[in-house]
Amino acid sequence: MADSRHAAALAELLPDLPTPETPLQELWRIFYKDRLAVIGLVVLIFLLIAALAGKVLTEWTVTFDPATVRLPDKFKPPLSSASVDLIPPADRPLFGTYLLGTDELGRDVFARMLQGSFVSLSIGFIAVGISVLIGIVLGGLAGFYGTVKLGFMTVDTLIMRFTDVMLCFPTFFLILTVVALLPPSIYNIMIVIGLTSWEGTARFVRAEFLTLREQDFVVAAQALGLPERRIIFRHMVPNAIAPVLMSATIGVASAILTESALSFLGFGVQPPYATWGNILADGKDFIFDAPWLFFIPGVAILVVVLAFNLVGEGLREAFNPKLRRR
Amino acid sequence: MWAFILRNILQRLLLLVFVSILAHSVAHLAPGQPSEVDPSNPRMKPEDIARIRAAFHLDEPLHLQYVYWMRDLATGELKSFKDSQPVLPKIWQRFLNSLPLFICETLIIWSLSFPIGIYAAVRRGSAYDRTSTFVAYTLISIPGFFLSYLVILWVVSTFNVPVIGMKTFGMEDAQPVFRWMDRLWHLVIPSLMSAVAGIAILSRYVRSQMLEVIGQDYVRTARAKGLPEDAVIYHHALRNALLPFVTMFGFLLPGLIGGSVIFEQIFAWPGLGRLGYEAILNRDFPVILTLNFIAAVLTLAGTFVSDILYAVVDPRIRLQ
Repeated sequence: MADSRHAAALAELLPDLPTPETPLQELWRIFYKDRLAVIGLVVLIFLLIAALAGKVLTEWTVTFDPATVRLPDKFKPPLSSASVDLIPPADRPLFGTYLLGTDELGRDVFARMLQGSFVSLSIGFIAVGISVLIGIVLGGLAGFYGTVKLGFMTVDTLIMRFTDVMLCFPTFFLILTVVALLPPSIYNIMIVIGLTSWEGTARFVRAEFLTLREQDFVVAAQALGLPERRIIFRHMVPNAIAPVLMSATIGVASAILTESALSFLGFGVQPPYATWGNILADGKDFIFDAPWLFFIPGVAILVVVLAFNLVGEGLREAFNPKLRRR
Repeated sequence: MWAFILRNILQRLLLLVFVSILAHSVAHLAPGQPSEVDPSNPRMKPEDIARIRAAFHLDEPLHLQYVYWMRDLATGELKSFKDSQPVLPKIWQRFLNSLPLFICETLIIWSLSFPIGIYAAVRRGSAYDRTSTFVAYTLISIPGFFLSYLVILWVVSTFNVPVIGMKTFGMEDAQPVFRWMDRLWHLVIPSLMSAVAGIAILSRYVRSQMLEVIGQDYVRTARAKGLPEDAVIYHHALRNALLPFVTMFGFLLPGLIGGSVIFEQIFAWPGLGRLGYEAILNRDFPVILTLNFIAAVLTLAGTFVSDILYAVVDPRIRLQ
């Protein structure tokens, strides 16, 4: 608030002076220069709309029904129309056309992809949300209260050794073990992916906190007698969030890939939920008879994961202080 | 130096104990008993199940089961739940199958990533740099099995050669030369496919590392004193950019088990990853736990070696 008033007064006094960029504007300027990242961002916005539309149109007001089985219409190629004489009117797709064809049970692939976009995306976001939360809490504790003694070891030693223990597990093998042993459920998959991928975030946050704790503004805040809660959440976390945001973007991408790999091995999200991973894994059996069942989800995963990775890379460039002010 | 190494080894041994305890509890606390894997089998009577449970100490408390596991592992008498075969020879045989795949994959990754990454860094912003960036991200983003299926289809229909498995069925009586060629050919596609993501990731890392070093003062000094560009890049810049890659050796070894599940499944390669997958399907706890344990040993050994190597190649690092 005081900043903007100050800037306004300055602009009045010196009209020729260009108004200084806010950090967010500067971030956007650098990000915008990276054309691939901007394209990725546009794709992600489309995906978000598609996912929300998928939730609304396949579950709340059922315009596209992903679960309707139409045996006379199985393996219809994309853009073919429904057999009017065999399918009852209630089961026909919108406008009587299968936009992306049908699968081995005559289910509408477009409807399944729409539903899957929401499920796949929520797996990515929730898994990464869990891992970021654990990473920030453990990394923050180790970075801020690292020197506190707990018996014979410090908090930092305890947390970092625990991180080392977790790093010793081969991640995919561990996910596979737990998912296979637990009863199959979409929540288990989200939670397990989240619980096994927080180590990187914890290390980032700890390193950032260790440097931030020595910075003047934090020392000043401590000298002013601010409560620790406020120092941590208002002053330190916002400054440490940049690498976390970057790695979270890439984390969503790898969570979507992990889910599709689990689906391939048969431990993915179980029916009735459709995800892009299990549409692809089911589609591989019909690669000769119905190639669209394999290529549509495969290309969709490729495009979306690529978009997440490119946006993550764009953020990395934008947050990199060495590339700023050039 | 020696004190550092000794303390480091002790720390890692302690970590290993915690890892094994954690792995043991994760496997045993999860629902799903190994004796219930085949409930529809009419020959499995309750007394059979009880006998199996007693034979594998499944009715003892958890900490005793852990002790039994460790004791049997140390004496080499650990037996698989599924077929009562000793676990260690079973793993060793699969390890020998995985090893050529792993070696080829690693060689491909490390020999291709460096030229690709260095060239992209030296020509930053050029068409080559932008193309290789985009291709690398595409390869990272493709689901591994999607790409593998496409490549298998293409290879089989274009070259009309088999790609699945370790060798062609019925080649046992052929001349040794042909047998070896057959084995080699079967290695090519699986190792290429499992190397794809690695090449993409490592070449990006090489590029950013080179860019970092090229911006340093000593590279500018080398240029300023009139050295030829090749000497600047390969002698002054590359040698310093290589340092962090020593640490990456540490993360190489565990890939032998965890990284290969998908590809060994696609290519029907009887290696460690598939052994683990089959063990998980069968609730074969001794095999799962021992594989996890070996993976942890490999990780710890790898990071230990890379710590030491780092201090050897970089004189600025002091071990204390």
